[in-house]
Amino acid sequence: MATTAADGNLKPYLRKNGVKREHIGKNGYHNHKEKNGQGTDVASRCHKHEPFEQAPMYVAVLTYLGFGIVTLFGYLRDFLRAVGLEKCNIAQEREKQKDFVPLYQDFENFYTRNLYMRVRDNWNRPICSLPGPVFDLMERVSDDYNWTFRFTGKTIHNVINMGSYNYLGFAENNADFLKTVADKVRQYGVGVCSTRQEIGNLSIHEELEQLVANFLGVESAMTYGMGFATNSMNIPALVGRGCLILSDELNHTSLILGARLSGATIRVFKHNNMQSLEKMLKEAVCSGQPRTHRPWKKILIVVEGIYSMEGSVVLLPEVIALKKKYKAYLYLDEAHSIGAVGQTGRGVTELFNVNPADVDVMMGTFTKSFGASGGYIAGKKELVDYLRTHSHSAVYATAMSPPATEQIIRAMKCIMGKDGSTEGLRRIRQLAENTKYFRSRLKEMGFIIYGNNDSPVVPVLLYMPAKVVAFAREMLARKIGVVVVGFPATPITEARARFCVSAAHTRDMLNQVLDCMNEVGDLLCLKFSRRKYSPQPDLCDETDFELDS
Amino acid sequence: WCSQHDWVEDMSAPAYHLILEGILILWIIRLLFSKTYKLHETYKLTEKEKEELIEEWQPEALVPPVSKDYPTLNYDVVTGPPSHKITINGKDCINFASFNFLGLLDNERVKQKALASLKKYGVGTCGPRGFYGTFDVHLELESRLSKFMKTEEAILYSYGFATIASAIPAYSKRGDIIFVDEAACFAIQKGLQASRSLIKYFKHNDMEDLERLLKEQELEDLKNPRKARVTRKFIVVEGLYINTADICPLPELVKLKYKYKVRIFLEESMSFGVLGDHGRGVTEHFGVNIDDIDLISANMENALASIGGFCCGRSFVIDHQRLSGQGYCFSASLPPMLAAAAIEALNIMEEDPDVFRVLREKCKHVYNALQGTPGLKLAGVPVAPALHLELERSSGSRESDMKQLRSVVDYCMERHVALTLARCLEKEERFLPPPR
Repeated sequence: MATTAADGNLKPYLRKNGVKREHIGKNGYHNHKEKNGQGTDVASRCHKHEPFEQAPMYVAVLTYLGFGIVTLFGYLRDFLRAVGLEKCNIAQEREKQKDFVPLYQDFENFYTRNLYMRVRDNWNRPICSLPGPVFDLMERVSDDYNWTFRFTGKTIHNVINMGSYNYLGFAENNADFLKTVADKVRQYGVGVCSTRQEIGNLSIHEELEQLVANFLGVESAMTYGMGFATNSMNIPALVGRGCLILSDELNHTSLILGARLSGATIRVFKHNNMQSLEKMLKEAVCSGQPRTHRPWKKILIVVEGIYSMEGSVVLLPEVIALKKKYKAYLYLDEAHSIGAVGQTGRGVTELFNVNPADVDVMMGTFTKSFGASGGYIAGKKELVDYLRTHSHSAVYATAMSPPATEQIIRAMKCIMGKDGSTEGLRRIRQLAENTKYFRSRLKEMGFIIYGNNDSPVVPVLLYMPAKVVAFAREMLARKIGVVVVGFPATPITEARARFCVSAAHTRDMLNQVLDCMNEVGDLLCLKFSRRKYSPQPDLCDETDFELDS
Repeated sequence: WCSQHDWVEDMSAPAYHLILEGILILWIIRLLFSKTYKLHETYKLTEKEKEELIEEWQPEALVPPVSKDYPTLNYDVVTGPPSHKITINGKDCINFASFNFLGLLDNERVKQKALASLKKYGVGTCGPRGFYGTFDVHLELESRLSKFMKTEEAILYSYGFATIASAIPAYSKRGDIIFVDEAACFAIQKGLQASRSLIKYFKHNDMEDLERLLKEQELEDLKNPRKARVTRKFIVVEGLYINTADICPLPELVKLKYKYKVRIFLEESMSFGVLGDHGRGVTEHFGVNIDDIDLISANMENALASIGGFCCGRSFVIDHQRLSGQGYCFSASLPPMLAAAAIEALNIMEEDPDVFRVLREKCKHVYNALQGTPGLKLAGVPVAPALHLELERSSGSRESDMKQLRSVVDYCMERHVALTLARCLEKEERFLPPPR
């Protein structure tokens, strides 16, 4: 838009990029370096809108107060237990081993004993049906304040599932869809009993790897049996001592574990903050290793496609520009974004219109959008060849189970349209629609939501620990299963409920959930947002116009 | 005018005093206002120099190139199920290479149960255990495993490698001490690395060496009793070692445990479902009380012919992993199909304890038959289902040894017997086992 306007409009745009007015010629030409600014094309403009609204001050105060009171009570009860006035319900060490060094320190378990135990009925809820858009929960009650549970034997039917990572709805048990998987079970059995390098490399694994490489648009790919293990076993194979890893603040535990096991130096940059990343890159290249000042062997930037607790999307074009300028390598973990974002489900590279060859290592998991288990790493042929020979997983860990492999093949073919139907595209569109609808309605109602508008992960902020628990229980009473997370998975004042929208949810289900949210939100005073959102989409976004002011 | 004169006389200090003091004052003023000379300012780079450095810096290639005929690059392709008869690279062979010890991989009952579970639950669980990823099959499998092993509780992991690699760091942190056998498998080594504890290796199956280390540690403790009171000590051993195919001396270990007050973690991947009259592993084999072992970890990928792993022991020990085992909390749970297959495999094991005796007979038979092979040395005990054949005389270089063994494997495959080279990462292993 800026390029077709008259000269007058062009100059302020260039000025924003750090070029002084006197350097710009009459026709807008200049030969000075431009700062990395906003891109001009549609993709990068639309996806930057990620509001992270702050809660009012009284909320933070009340949250801390809540934690303080619970801690005080915790100390009181510990005292009562030590004195003997209260029964001690936790398991104890064996009599014979009482004089051993204690296995757990007292304060390590303080949080578990006194805070988590009181509210732990909201997690680990067992289900007894498939994790589709609705599922059946097993009813369990506790007679002694959550120390032990017992199952009443009844099931709660048709609870709407807003917690499972079922983005494209492939967690299904439709006999037609699963025919090929059932065939593979009959043919191969369920296990493999060997590692990939020894005798566990089945032809079906090779077929899957070809398909994954085609799907992502890269040269080749390699698959592994567990998503978590993919990260923790392959990062050490890629980097070692003398290398630098720059990882985002909110990276997943598997990435952190892989980075630690590799022995490289780790530096953390603020979440999605490109200035912080650039500063660190510059300093790393110029100063080298900490004390010897030798140059680093490699620099690896580790980011995720969609962050699972925030719902925010990585700023991929900026990261790629930085990576190219400073000659670093990029490791992109698309666990939540593969299959879930992008026009045809190819992940964040498609969302931002970025060439997949620009990302050095693309990693992802099959657990979320494909409804199976396992992970993959894809990229150039040299990279994958090296991993085939040097990855810890290929040498020591069992290969993927054949029916799971078949499920992934089937799901991927469906998304790519190779099975001859448009089912895959329909699901992707449905997911995008559901996401947009759900997010806009929640914002209208007045909840504070984090994350990018396109991400199917929707965290709703609840802040106070007691409200978090009350919210989960109230929603279960209304037959909706939600996931709540608090400290230590999130910062202490930002406890939240996280919704995972799925393509299998119908509009009715979403409406039911939204109505219940409205009710519970009013009941528990959860509508903290002070912004006013209109139901109409923005007609004009002020950043599009470059007014000559 | 008299007082004035006196005043002048009193005030007339020697002239050089005044001059000296004047110079001193001027010097002080100069020092105060002169620019301070900071040493590290000379190291600050200008913007231009930074740009140059960024231009010049060339990182290493992300991965070093791998030559086309690197031995482990091209995998052997198996078409069809990897059961007793296996089709590898187009040839039909008898399978002597996979860990399918009880032959449950193509058992019809197991497959039927897996199919039923598939119809009910689909394939994946779409979530970790904490967030609606706990299915009733998981709970059933955990309770069945704990009953089978006669312990209080069991915890299920979705991948065998991750089981012991997550269990060790959950208990042992920086500052704790772990005594490990030299022949420990790679998963244990990764667990040790992740735990950041102090690791002490003792010679393989050498109880005197272990006792020596423990005694040394005891002396250290006496020097610093306060620290010793909070330092946890563990011994990590395997029931049946993957790398050497022999059994650990468990009764002696238990004696050492009570003498020096260390806890034992036992890794039973190879011995679960193999040793013992009912397949309960090395504790049954030796008749040791299972409560004496603090934690038993095993994977279900060998005898149980499924995928995943489990840890069992007393609730006091196991419950901790539900919040601090990384592979448990942060990873999706085991697909219910695989859990159902494992339950059925357990059923079969419980119904027919004779299969273990049969396995032991066959192992002894093979062991005796392979004893006298010229040029090759057999490593392992008669009851071990996975044996290693090593070259008697090494040629000196690992590469040529591996080539020779590869040609042995190829020769066997021509004659329809499938063997495999035991794989390991040469640079990563702490104590590199010989080629076999």
